Amino acid sequence: MPLADFKPVIEIRAKTLRAIRQFFYDRDFLEVESPIRIPAPALELHIDAIPAAGKYLRTSPELHMKRLLAAGYQRIFQLGPCFRDGERGERHNPEFTMLEWYRADADYLAILVDAKALIAAVAESVLGRTLLKIHRKQIKSGPEAGQPELTPRRSGAATDCLCSHGTLPPCGLQCLYVELMPVWEVFTIAQAFTIFAGWDPVALFDPDRFDLDLVNKVEPWLPLEHPVVLMDYPAEAAALARRKPDNPRVAERWELYIGGLELANAFSELTDPAEQRTRFETCAADRRALGKPVYPLDEDFLSALEEGLPPSAGIALGVDRLVMLLAGADSLDEVLPFR
Amino acid sequence: MGTLTASDLRKGLRIEIAGAPYIVTEFSFLKPGKGASIYNCKLKHMVTGSTLTRSYRSNDSFQEPNLEERTMRYSYAEGDQYVFMDKNFEQVNVNAEVLGNSRFFLVEDIEVQVLIHNDRPIGVELPTFVEKEIIETEPGARGNTATNVTKPAKIAAGYEIQVPLFVNQGDVVKIDTRTGGYSDRVRVAKI
Repeated sequence: MPLADFKPVIEIRAKTLRAIRQFFYDRDFLEVESPIRIPAPALELHIDAIPAAGKYLRTSPELHMKRLLAAGYQRIFQLGPCFRDGERGERHNPEFTMLEWYRADADYLAILVDAKALIAAVAESVLGRTLLKIHRKQIKSGPEAGQPELTPRRSGAATDCLCSHGTLPPCGLQCLYVELMPVWEVFTIAQAFTIFAGWDPVALFDPDRFDLDLVNKVEPWLPLEHPVVLMDYPAEAAALARRKPDNPRVAERWELYIGGLELANAFSELTDPAEQRTRFETCAADRRALGKPVYPLDEDFLSALEEGLPPSAGIALGVDRLVMLLAGADSLDEVLPFR
Repeated sequence: MGTLTASDLRKGLRIEIAGAPYIVTEFSFLKPGKGASIYNCKLKHMVTGSTLTRSYRSNDSFQEPNLEERTMRYSYAEGDQYVFMDKNFEQVNVNAEVLGNSRFFLVEDIEVQVLIHNDRPIGVELPTFVEKEIIETEPGARGNTATNVTKPAKIAAGYEIQVPLFVNQGDVVKIDTRTGGYSDRVRVAKI
């Protein structure tokens, strides 16, 4: 597609970035920047960093953001590029724009309140409404062969497109309407897996089955007509999140899905330096066993935890995917002009 | 043959499953937040055409099928065996079943690509257009140059195509081997 044809989505991106900044300025958040080339990316089993002249391109600004929290900054946000090796697809690009924000003296539910207000404010500012209209090549509306019988039909009406695109309908696409306000439907991971995949990963965690069933059995059947939040992950599936005080099997983490697209990941931060070090070391051993590169521990981050991180919470939100939703697009190809 | 990993998967890639060659016809990369990469594929068996849906993970690996594409020329047919020869006069016999309708479009000495899996021919790719003589059709309406009205016509071995009314017995026509349909008239029969 010629660059000139990207003008509408480039404008949507510009308005989106402006609306995000305005939202946080209005709430007295401080905009910060942290290094993009770093010596020690956070150790996560399935996130790989791209080497860059003796260091790595950051996979997230998370560890630097938490050092700022430990130093006493109360409300901070950052917008900027992040890089993840090997992630390329309709909904992935190895280089992407991330929004992260953090609150001291808050938990993951306070971040959910922020997220809901942010999404509504950005949509109002960019589109003048909170109803998204997304064009999809194909939207699953029922179980395929091999899906369990108990799989319910997906809620959220996707209909053959009847809009005029300058040509006469039908254009072969389907139209999906998502109302961003006021309903955000919340499922715990235990509920969602029990309904859509037939087992409960919180009771007994199986890492291989968890990721596979999440993308093939749970995500494709989440309701589409409003945002959906999956909440309270098995502790094993949240390397940097705090466990629930009353249930250590569960981590205080949630993920936001809009129109079936995973948009953001939030959690109450793990503040215990000893547990954080143990989790990093376990992850390093697991990565080594898989033959993956192992990054050094971020000792500056761990010292900050030792000095004391207040109870806090934060979130990472994919800005390119948000632009996709606001532009009604079905693939990153439609919103990344230089891809 | 080399070993491939899941990160090599893409549309058009050929991999071996249980000894059979498959081609990836649909591909999507999925990765839940903090989770492992999942590579969902639709695969088509390159001989039988049957399809499979599979989910792979980063640490899955595959064998590249032992496929060889050889430029050969069509020589002759004997029963249901079609004989092709390369420039060193090495001969390969291809079964009628493997050729399918392509067998009707073979012309002596025509250059084709023969796809061979573990020494067994599994496909023959013809040039996009071949020229064939019409051996039987109703007499044409002379002067009727409309191309949107057609009549049946037979080429060698009795294969029937639809041709415009002006095409006559003895004419040579161009056939699109992808669709098996008439494309153009290249020579008019001498009367």
